[in-house]
Amino acid sequence: MSTVLTINALHAKIDDAGTDKPILKGVDLVVPPGEVHAIMGPNGSGKSTLSYVLSGRADYEVTGGTVAFGEQDLLAMEPEERAAAGLFLAFQAPIELPGVNNANFLRTAVNAVRRARGEPELDAVAFLKLARAECKRLGIPDAMLKRAVNVGFSGGEKKRNEVLQMSLLRPRFAILDETDSGLDIDALRIVAEGVNALRAPDFSALIITHHQRLLDYIVPDHVHVMSAGRIIRSGGPELARQLEAEGYANLIAEAA
Amino acid sequence: MNAIDGNNAAQFLALHDRRGSSSALSEAGAAALRHGGLPRRDVEAWKYTDLRPLTALAVSVAEAPSEAVLATANGLLQGLQLDMHGLAGVARLVFVNGHAAPSLSLLPDAALLSVQDAPAEGSLAPGAMAALNATLGQGGAALRVPGGVDAGRLLLLTLGVGEGDGAVTAHPHHRILLEPGSRLSLLEIAAGHGLYVNNPVLEVELRNGAHLTHVRLQDEAVEALHLSTVRAEVAEGGSYDSFSLALGARLARHEVHATMSGRGAEVQVNGAQLLDGQQHADLTSVIVHKAPACNSRQTVKNVLSGRSRAVFQGKIVVERIAQKTDGYQMNQALLLSNEAEIDTKPELEIYADDVKCSHGATAGALDDDQLFYLRSRGVPVVEARAILVRAFLADALGLIDDEVTRGVLERAVDASWDRRSSDE
Repeated sequence: MSTVLTINALHAKIDDAGTDKPILKGVDLVVPPGEVHAIMGPNGSGKSTLSYVLSGRADYEVTGGTVAFGEQDLLAMEPEERAAAGLFLAFQAPIELPGVNNANFLRTAVNAVRRARGEPELDAVAFLKLARAECKRLGIPDAMLKRAVNVGFSGGEKKRNEVLQMSLLRPRFAILDETDSGLDIDALRIVAEGVNALRAPDFSALIITHHQRLLDYIVPDHVHVMSAGRIIRSGGPELARQLEAEGYANLIAEAA
Repeated sequence: MNAIDGNNAAQFLALHDRRGSSSALSEAGAAALRHGGLPRRDVEAWKYTDLRPLTALAVSVAEAPSEAVLATANGLLQGLQLDMHGLAGVARLVFVNGHAAPSLSLLPDAALLSVQDAPAEGSLAPGAMAALNATLGQGGAALRVPGGVDAGRLLLLTLGVGEGDGAVTAHPHHRILLEPGSRLSLLEIAAGHGLYVNNPVLEVELRNGAHLTHVRLQDEAVEALHLSTVRAEVAEGGSYDSFSLALGARLARHEVHATMSGRGAEVQVNGAQLLDGQQHADLTSVIVHKAPACNSRQTVKNVLSGRSRAVFQGKIVVERIAQKTDGYQMNQALLLSNEAEIDTKPELEIYADDVKCSHGATAGALDDDQLFYLRSRGVPVVEARAILVRAFLADALGLIDDEVTRGVLERAVDASWDRRSSDE
């Protein structure tokens, strides 16, 4: 069976004030096309590190293992090449870009990705039309397009802006890193609808979350539990409900 | 000529002496140079900017431009693409190597703005470069806006054309007088070709309630030296609102001496310096609060690549009478290489007790998180850097209210940045 993402024995560390701190200690994960997988786990288990390593952030050093993205060696690619190849990371804490207009930013990103994929670029008018339509579909006020990227956005607005970017960039693989944190129920619904709208045989997602709550709205095909840098248990959606009821302690104790 | 013991201004003084007839101003300039020469770095005001690139040159004073020089200047003028910004039909005064070039100029409506030849006269403006300007003074334009008149926009274009051996030097001396309640928006652009020295002086006198917006684009040739001085005096309720963008020249210094002499006057000396390679640019200002309830504002941004070096010296003097002064000064630098350097010297001299004066300085690299965010959205790293540099400059350039003028500067920044990036 073909896969969109294949992670094999992935090890990564971070330089913590001069000393190496291993965080990922042998992650194995396979996500086939069209599937949504969730990764749950307590704080410090390495969930966010996994998302950063997959998207190519420089602070993390991969010390072992491989990641295949389709046929490509993901770890050999620059962050922008990963995006062009169809990988998208919705940030846990979206970055503010003072002085950068959101619409210009979105158009630059969309056109960079289109260029890399050999598609024609969109001019300002065509882009704005597309962006407004996406805003409308996602229930995002298009006044958000006129502001500086994420500057002065509420937590919910930042997350919605991530979903807007995702919709415009049309990735084939999206990683949502704690996108539900700090969201009220309405914002959560918008985020979930944004993801559900993309669900298709050629779209997969990895949803990193603490809570079961988001998974009520985006029902995953598989749930994985991460602890101490490894995936210690995998199962169906019922695993998320079990965790919500029982907590992580039993599972972690079992795995140890 | 750059003898250690001799006067480092000797060749300029020789040029002065050779000219024969001379005004009192010119003699005053020459006397200042004879006394102390051009400043070396042991002079506090020149601690960070070394004038040896100037004193090491074999210099001459530019002759009235030949047909060939005018043709080159016309090419430079076309290169500014004024039509692109809708400025082709706007009144403009063009100076080539310090000489008026009527054939390239477009005179303003005399009822709004009168233009006359200004002989080199008056008192010596502060600073060593103004003394040099006076010594070899060529005069320039005298502009006057009558009381209550909004004269709109004027372009002042100074084009340098260096050719042959040595460096031609230009020392124009312009004056602007705004009568009470009048306004003018002045866009000054300096550009050129080859090796030359542009050393202009601009005297600004703003009467009660008069407003001058003075935006400068210094985009001189890469080999050129640009040394300019502005002296501005602002009367009650008037404002001198300036922005200076330094992109070109291998050595540049822009010196502003602004005095608020009437209640409620305002001065802004904002700017940006975008440098690369071995470029050196210096923005030095002395802002004097001589009357109560005046405001001064300064936001200066620097973007430094390669081994470039930027200097910001900002002195604010609040005299005893100047109660209720409001002063603000901010200097920020984005250092894009390990070899680039910023030298910042804020100086506050406050003799009044009821004042609000704040200043700050920051220097840092591009934010890795911001860069990664852009790249994670597919934006190639070179483009991501350019976006962040523009964003860094945006709140400084945003201080220019006039959209057209701001557009000219933004485009110049983009062109300059693209040129640099493609050199890498």
